[in-house]
Amino acid sequence: MSGVLVVMEQRGGVLNRMSLEAVAAGRLLAAKVGAECSVAVLGAGGGAGVSDVAKAYSVEHALLKDYTADGYCAALEQLVKKLGPGYVVFPHTYQVRDFAPKLATRFGQVLISDVIGVQDGPVFVRQLLQGKLNADYKQAGAGPCFVSVQAGSFRADVEAGEAVAAEVFVPEIEAAQIRSKPGELFRESAQTVDLSAAQVIVSVGRGIGEQDNIGIVQELADALGAELAASRPICDNGWLPMERQVGSSGQTVAPKLYLAVGISGAIQHLVGMKGSKAVIAINKDEHAPIFEVADFGVVGDLFEVVPELTKAILAARS
Amino acid sequence: MKILVAVKQVPERDAQIRVAADGKWIDEGDLSYTINEPDAYALEEALQLKEKNGGEVVVVCAGPERVVSTLREALAKGADRAIHLEADDLGERDTLGIARMLADAVKGEAPDLILTGLQSEDLGLGQTGVVMAELLGIPHATIIMQVEVVDGGVKVKRELEDGWFQHVEMPLPALLTIQSGGNRLRYATLMGIKKAKTKETATVLAGAAVARAVSLERVYLPEKQKKTEMLTGTSAEVAAKLVEKLKFEVRVL
Ligand SMILES: Cc1cc2nc3c(=O)[nH]c(=O)nc-3n(C[C@H](O)[C@H](O)[C@H](O)COP(=O)(O)OP(=O)(O)OC[C@H]3O[C@@H](n4cnc5c(N)ncnc54)[C@H](O)[C@@H]3O)c2cc1C
Ligand SMILES: Nc1ncnc2c1ncn2[C@@H]1O[C@H](COP(=O)(O)O)[C@@H](O)[C@H]1O
Repeated sequence: MSGVLVVMEQRGGVLNRMSLEAVAAGRLLAAKVGAECSVAVLGAGGGAGVSDVAKAYSVEHALLKDYTADGYCAALEQLVKKLGPGYVVFPHTYQVRDFAPKLATRFGQVLISDVIGVQDGPVFVRQLLQGKLNADYKQAGAGPCFVSVQAGSFRADVEAGEAVAAEVFVPEIEAAQIRSKPGELFRESAQTVDLSAAQVIVSVGRGIGEQDNIGIVQELADALGAELAASRPICDNGWLPMERQVGSSGQTVAPKLYLAVGISGAIQHLVGMKGSKAVIAINKDEHAPIFEVADFGVVGDLFEVVPELTKAILAARS
Repeated sequence: MKILVAVKQVPERDAQIRVAADGKWIDEGDLSYTINEPDAYALEEALQLKEKNGGEVVVVCAGPERVVSTLREALAKGADRAIHLEADDLGERDTLGIARMLADAVKGEAPDLILTGLQSEDLGLGQTGVVMAELLGIPHATIIMQVEVVDGGVKVKRELEDGWFQHVEMPLPALLTIQSGGNRLRYATLMGIKKAKTKETATVLAGAAVARAVSLERVYLPEKQKKTEMLTGTSAEVAAKLVEKLKFEVRVL
């Protein structure tokens, strides 16, 4: 095989959406380089599959039941050596972040991470400076090229046909190779704020400057009858509780209106609010990536715009 | 316990970014720089671990002369020593090259624990720490919120997607990449700044760059794909326009 191998991620036999997006990226890349696209999934046994790929591999071993970087690297190193793909594509999940750079290192390669586009060459496009710039990357040497793709960048195809039957690959892994002991997954105590049900959300970011200023955004939220939410740095600083954080490590929301105040629009924030029906962004930087997902934008100082808006809304309401 | 923290210096967040004339990187002319935010949390975690368990905190940064200011800041916050890996050509090196450089510098120190940030704000690779661990042959864990020293190793709290977490235990020496928000960051005190002047910063000249596995060909402003309707005017005018939108298009008023 010299084609494209997409390594998918599953939990309890179910593939996550990002894996299907990675398959879409894999198919696109395979078409560009004139090769076949195959898929692999790791686990303790059996699992979900996809249609319309050349081959499917199920990498199975009792030591792969719980994810460990050591176990996954050992297994995938063997699979990649056996198949000899030109490209190995992953979804850019937290799990992939944890092991893919290590796997690439074993092959003397560097993972091209968090890719948002593939062009002829192939050229891989990724973002710099939290989305302010794009950059084109190319593999410079020979050997398998490792690539991970960003959430939401490739449209997952509908898997119409029957899943390609998977060939089982059993890697050789010894318990002693696995140095870390993973525990059960857990969540923090029940959240008292459920932002996912909110119809209107006003969300505040680092542009607010300091904790004492949050009041002006709270007033706007009150005027709109909205829930107050925030980007990560606001919660990191303890200015608002963690449960009001929107994003990949916070809540996922889909309100009728998401009004982002002083939020730049880093991908980890966007994945949590992209499903909103309407987005309004207020930001002083006209190049802020948040405007890429906004229906209405205001380039301006939030300290001027927000109080005026609150006033206008209150006037319209009375 | 000897803890080594790799910190990177990155452009200030509010910096006006311009693409350099050769289209290969940004214009660094009038940029100001600061510590990569997750690295500040990595340093904080290291300082707190030292306060609890005793030991030493060493900070290392690879980059040109200017990065010494970031090392000095780390010393002022309480790090004991600093290592400046001097290299003017980071742009000529890929992750593997930089991780190797850092790993080589670290080897002689033989730390029990190495902390890095989970990703840098300029390149956003999220890889350097993991690659270093592989080169050093030590276990690692990424996106860590809490670190606890336990018998012969560490127990860490890993952040996963959608509000999930997981505890992971591993033996030392190990490498952890630290997520923001696990602790509150401290400020340097006047006393700390004074003390930093007496602390040692070793300068190590980085070896020559080797052939890269991947190369950055070109940087550019992203093309706008969405047609955002921009509302302009004085604040009062903008507010009035927004109210119209809220009433008739978004229909939340
Ligand atoms: C693994 C991982 C998980 C993450 N999870 C999340 C997550 O769940 N949620 C999340 O939000 N982030 C998350 N992040 C962090 C994310 O990458 C960004 O750092 C973060 O979203 C930035 O927050 P911000 O937009 O508030 O701050 P910044 O990026 O600092 O943006 C502040 C914005 O305010 C604007 N501004 C400043 N002053 C004013 C003013 N006076 N008026 C108007 N505008 C102004 C600036 O132009 C800028 O655009 C995660 C990161 C990683 C690596
Ligand atoms: N030049 C550097 N000097 C010191 N540490 C670095 C350097 N580059 C990256 N790092 C560390 O590696 C982490 C991840 O960076 P990156 O892989 O670029 O996202 C950073 O948060 C730093 O802790």
